[in-house]
Amino acid sequence: MDISYYLYLSAILFTIGAVGVVIRRNAIVMFMCIELMLNAANLSFVTFARINGNLEGQMVAFFTMVVAACEVVVGLAIIVMIYRSRRSASVDDASLLRR
Amino acid sequence: MESAMTLTSNTLVYFVALPLLSSALLLLLGRRADRWGHVLATTVAGATFVFGLIELFAMVGRDEYSRAVHQKVFTWISVGSFQVDAALLLDQLSICFVLLITGVGTLIHIYSIAYMADDPDRRRFFAYLNLFIAAMLLLVLGDSFLNLYVGWEGVGLASYLLIGFWNKKAEYATAAKKAFVANRVGDLGLSIAIMIAFAVFGTVTFKGIEEQAESASQAAMVAIGLMLLLAAAGKSAQFPLQSWLGDAMAGPTPVSALIHAATMVTAGVYLIVRSNFIFDNAPTAQFVVVLVGAITLIFGALIGMAKDDIKKALAASTMSQIGYMVLAAGLGPIGYAFAIMHLLTHGFFKAGMFLGAGSVMHGMNDEVNMRRYGGLARYMPITMVTFGLGYLAIIGVPPFAGFYSKDKIIEAAFNLGGTKGIIFGSLTLLGAVITAFYMTRVFMMTFLGKKRWSDGAHPHESPFLMWAPMVLLAVGSVASGFLLYSGKRLEYWLKPVVDKHGHSHEEFLSHTTVTTLALSAVAIGVAIAIMKYRGDVPTTAPENVSPLTKAARRDLLQDDFNEAVLMRPGQALTKVLVATDEKVIDGAVRVVAGAAVGSARGLRTIQSGYVRNYALLILLGVAVLIAAVWVITA
Repeated sequence: MDISYYLYLSAILFTIGAVGVVIRRNAIVMFMCIELMLNAANLSFVTFARINGNLEGQMVAFFTMVVAACEVVVGLAIIVMIYRSRRSASVDDASLLRR
Repeated sequence: MESAMTLTSNTLVYFVALPLLSSALLLLLGRRADRWGHVLATTVAGATFVFGLIELFAMVGRDEYSRAVHQKVFTWISVGSFQVDAALLLDQLSICFVLLITGVGTLIHIYSIAYMADDPDRRRFFAYLNLFIAAMLLLVLGDSFLNLYVGWEGVGLASYLLIGFWNKKAEYATAAKKAFVANRVGDLGLSIAIMIAFAVFGTVTFKGIEEQAESASQAAMVAIGLMLLLAAAGKSAQFPLQSWLGDAMAGPTPVSALIHAATMVTAGVYLIVRSNFIFDNAPTAQFVVVLVGAITLIFGALIGMAKDDIKKALAASTMSQIGYMVLAAGLGPIGYAFAIMHLLTHGFFKAGMFLGAGSVMHGMNDEVNMRRYGGLARYMPITMVTFGLGYLAIIGVPPFAGFYSKDKIIEAAFNLGGTKGIIFGSLTLLGAVITAFYMTRVFMMTFLGKKRWSDGAHPHESPFLMWAPMVLLAVGSVASGFLLYSGKRLEYWLKPVVDKHGHSHEEFLSHTTVTTLALSAVAIGVAIAIMKYRGDVPTTAPENVSPLTKAARRDLLQDDFNEAVLMRPGQALTKVLVATDEKVIDGAVRVVAGAAVGSARGLRTIQSGYVRNYALLILLGVAVLIAAVWVITA
C-alpha cells in the first residue's frame, strides 16, 4: 500500500477540522474539530517519520499529544465557565470581552 | 567737583515699610478693620511725612556734598558679576519728592476720610492709598534703576486699582485697564533701558552708571535716553502715550489729586531728572525730550480748552503742565531745577484744585459738567477761595507759586539760543496764554455767572476735614514758589545732584523781558476768556464749533488714532493669528488624528469578537504564508 495515502487521509482530516472550526458555532464541536486537526497533524508527523526512517516525527507527535491534553484541560474549563454564565455553548454569544 | 560723601543709614527702609505694612494689614484684616482703617492709614502717612521732615532737617545740617544718605536693605540679586542690592538713597532730589508725596499724601488722606465717608469700601480705598505711598516712596528712594522699577510698577498697580476703585461701572473698569495698558508700553521702555544699561555698564545703580557715563558710546546713551523717555511718557501722560490720563479721572477725586496730578504722573519727570547723567551725554535724546514736552504742553492745553467735565479739564491741564516740566528737564542742567520747582509748585496748586473740584462735586451730587455749575461762589466760599488761589498760581500771576516756576521755564527755553530757543520759548509762551484762557474758563464756569444747576442740587460747603487740606494746599500754592525761588534756594539745593560741573549759560533774553512777556501772555489769555464767558453759558455744549474744538473735545483724536493705527490692525493681526492657529496648526493636528481614527475604524471591523472569524483569518494567513514560501523556494 502506498504510504502517501496516509498523507491524503491526514489532509482530509485537517480540512474537515478546519472547515468545522470555521463554520460551526457550538464550542464543543469546534473543540472536537481542533482535536481533529491536531490528530491530522500527528498522523502526518508519524507518516513522515516512517518515510524518513527516523524517530523525530514520532517524538514531535508525543509533544503534540501533551499540548493537546493541556489544551483540553484549559479549553474545557473555559467552555464550562462560559456555559455556566450564559446558559449557551455558542461561541457567537461570547463575542464580547465583557458581559 | 568735590568728592561726594554718602552717609549710611538704617532707618530709610521705614519710609517704604510702614505704609506697605499698613496697607497689607488693612487688606488682610478685611471688614474687621472697617472702623479704624482710615485712621491707621492716615496716621502712617502723617508719620512718614514727619519722618521726612526729620530727614530734611538732618540733611540741611550737613554740608553740601555729604547730604545724601544710603541704606543697603539686603542683597537682592547676586549672580556672577551681576549684583543688585535692594538699597535706598535719600539725596537732595529724593527728599523733595519724599516731602511732596508724604505731605500732599497726608492731606489727601485726611480729605478722603470725609470724601469717602459714605463709601462702604473706604478701608480698601485707604489700603490702596497707602500701597501707593509705599510704592511711590520706593520709586524715588531706589538707588538703582531696578529698585526704581519696582516702585514704578507698584505705583502703576496702585493707580490701576484706584482708577478702577468703583469698578462696578464698566466704563470705570475700562478706564483703569486703559491706564494700565498705556503704562505698560512705557514700562517696556524702562525695562529695555535697564537692559541696555546693564549690557553697556555692567551695573544698574545710578552711581555706577554715572561714573561711566561720559566714556560710554553715544549710540548706547541715546538708546537708553530714548527708552527712558518712553517710560516717562507712559507714566507722565506725555505725547504719544497721553490718552489714558483723561479717562483716569474715573477714579475717586482724591486719587486724581494725589496720583494723577501731584505725584505719580510726575514720576516721568523724576526719572528724566534722576537720569541727568544719561541725558547730558546724549544731546539727541535730550532734544527729543524737549520736543515731547513742547508737543504735550500745547496738546494738553488745547484739550483743556474744550472740556466741559471739570476733572477732565484739570487732567488736560496736568498733562500740559507736565509738558512744561519735561521740556524743562530736557533743557539740561539749566532746566532740571526748574522742572523740579514747577513739579513741586504744581503738586500744591493742582492737588488743591482737584480737591476743590471734588468739593464742588461733593456739594453738587457728583455732577462734573461745568455747564451745570455756575454761581457757586456764594454757596462754597472756602472752595472758591482755595480753588481761586490755585487758579492764580497755575496761570502764573505773581506772587503765586506758578509764576516763579513757569517763568523760569519760559526763560530757560528762550535761553536755549538760536532758532530752537525762539521756537520752544514761543511755544511755552503760547502754552501760558492757553493755560490762562482755559483755567479762567474753568473758574468762571464753576464759580461765577448765573446758576445753571438743576433743582435737585443743593450746593453746600464741604465739611472741615475736606476744606482744611484745601486751605493748606492753597497756602502752598501761594507761598511755595517764592520760598523755593528766592535766593535760588532750590537751584543750589539740587546742584550737587543735577549739575555737578556747574554749567554756566548765556542769557539771550533778560529776566525782565521774559517776565513781561509771560505776564502779557497771561493777561491776553485771561482777557479772552473773560470776554467769551462773561455772558450766559449754554447748558449744553454748542455744536457749531470749529473742527479744532471738535477734535479737542475728543482728546485731539489720540484715541481715534490709537484705535485706527494700533488697535484695529492689532485686532486684525489677532484674527489672522487665531485663524492660522485654528486652520493650519489645529488643522494639521486634526488631519493626523483623523487619519489615525479612520484607519482604526477600518481595522476595528476585523476585531468582531467571533471566534470563527479569527480562525478563518489564521487559516488564510497560514495559507498565504505557505504560498509565499512555496513561491520563493520554487
